[in-house]
Amino acid sequence: MTAPRDGAPPLLELADVGKDYGSVIALDGVSTTVRAGEVTCVLGDNGAGKSTLIKILSGVHRADRGTVLLDGRPAGFGSPREALDAGIATVYQDLAMIPLMAIWRNFFLGAEPTRGRGPFRRFDVARAKETTRRELAAMGIDIRNPDQPVGTLSGGERQSVAIARAVHFGARVLILDEPTSALGVKQAGVVLRYVAQARDRGVGVVLITHNPHHAHPVGDRFLVLNRGRSLGEFAKADISREELTRLMAGGAELDALGHELERPGS
Amino acid sequence: MFTFFAVQSEVFRSPRGIANWLDPASTLGIMAVAVAMLMIGGHFDLSAGVMTGTTALTVGIVAVEFRQHLWVAIGVALVVALAIGFFNGWLVTRTGLPSFIITLGTFLMLQGLNLGLTKLFTDTVTVGGIDDVPGYAVAEWVFASRVEVLGAPIRVAVLWWLLFTALATWVLLRTRFGNWVFATGGDEVAARNVGVPARRTTIALFMTTAAAAWFVGTTLAVRLTSVQANTGIGQELIYIVAAVIGGCLLTGGFGSAIGAALGALIFGMTQLGIPYLRWDADWFYFFLGAMLLLAVLANRLVRRSAEAARR
Repeated sequence: MTAPRDGAPPLLELADVGKDYGSVIALDGVSTTVRAGEVTCVLGDNGAGKSTLIKILSGVHRADRGTVLLDGRPAGFGSPREALDAGIATVYQDLAMIPLMAIWRNFFLGAEPTRGRGPFRRFDVARAKETTRRELAAMGIDIRNPDQPVGTLSGGERQSVAIARAVHFGARVLILDEPTSALGVKQAGVVLRYVAQARDRGVGVVLITHNPHHAHPVGDRFLVLNRGRSLGEFAKADISREELTRLMAGGAELDALGHELERPGS
Repeated sequence: MFTFFAVQSEVFRSPRGIANWLDPASTLGIMAVAVAMLMIGGHFDLSAGVMTGTTALTVGIVAVEFRQHLWVAIGVALVVALAIGFFNGWLVTRTGLPSFIITLGTFLMLQGLNLGLTKLFTDTVTVGGIDDVPGYAVAEWVFASRVEVLGAPIRVAVLWWLLFTALATWVLLRTRFGNWVFATGGDEVAARNVGVPARRTTIALFMTTAAAAWFVGTTLAVRLTSVQANTGIGQELIYIVAAVIGGCLLTGGFGSAIGAALGALIFGMTQLGIPYLRWDADWFYFFLGAMLLLAVLANRLVRRSAEAARR
């Protein structure tokens, strides 16, 4: 799976990327690729450098070292707006949704379709509702009524609406920051299904998580980070869920810990 | 509410009686609608009441003391109002301080200015003689005429009130700006994250409230032809009460213009209904307070149900 499918350059390619905050090395020598229709999982414990990586990808920070290639051409995003214009959408944990507003109003917030001109320019409500219903249905999201406030949705449903929104607004690369961390097992499963849906529609997905059980079923390649450094990038065929878990938990460190904790004399 | 008073008092339900209680409801209603939009956007304007006085006094002083055409004076008052509104909004968005405190400051400052400047120009606390100024006839027709409906003289302010309520409802529910108002009041940070110009929205809302104060202030000036320096003081809380009775959340992000208009209607009915029943008018504020409490309790249920399934 690591070989290019049809010779086209990957959507995003990171080579030896690094970032420092003052004298602290937050990220160093990280390389990975994001291809259309594939899910790249970034795994790591707290402080592994996952959020720094997101910030570089979404244009909040620039990389200090290494190269970021978009469609095979060098790209460094100066702002989140630039990244968004290049088709890189980030769905943060807090989702940027207004609980008291209807789903369709949230869906188009900040990018409302209008009709009419001059002082009669108005929000095209019929089109917004229809598009919301269609886009959610295309993602397989079953919303009873797009008029209901987002606040009445469950956490998983809200994640799904946020994903559908990003896909609708032309995201080619979708960055998901810990989409399953606050959810129960069942809800997390729902969200992962929509991640797979987005992938099947040809979006390149970057899934950031600390849960290998969520990452392994849906991911095509896995980048494991530890203290800002890459522990390696693996294709799905090359690594089992158990190995991934072990690697994430610190591998050798965990073995050493096991030895330490063993009862003397046993 | 209407039924209650209408059954008890014949005057209350006569066309002339209706015209009577619609009158206080109309000027209050125009303000309540604007204040409701501001509250949906997540802010208060305590200077809204005194601003009706400021604009009315500006109209009077510019027209009478500076001997200008009345429409020039009305134009000057609009510029003054929009400037105050912009100042309120700009300060709130710049500092991030609660609008409650900022507009309390503007409120007190304007209260002082109204009194000080009126005394300076007229040596009294009243500006009078507005009806002797050129342009009064047209201004009277626009702001203070009466329209016969079913044999009852309805103040033209009532028609303006209906028009503004309809306009505000349309803006809130059917325009991009309306969507931004709800979003800014609901969660300003989230709104900004998806590209809503929250700052501009807030400033525009403060300027809208100021423009409404200008309209009501001008109506008062033209209708009464003389303006007291303490006009409008204390009204700001009544506007908020009307908006809250009409379903606006104090925390922003929820409410409607029609609700605020109904809140003003209830206020007008109670204010004139109680004397019609020959009850002691002292009870008026007791009823108002009780309605406010009921409205707030009802609103709390709305918010609860909207956020019940957050997990």
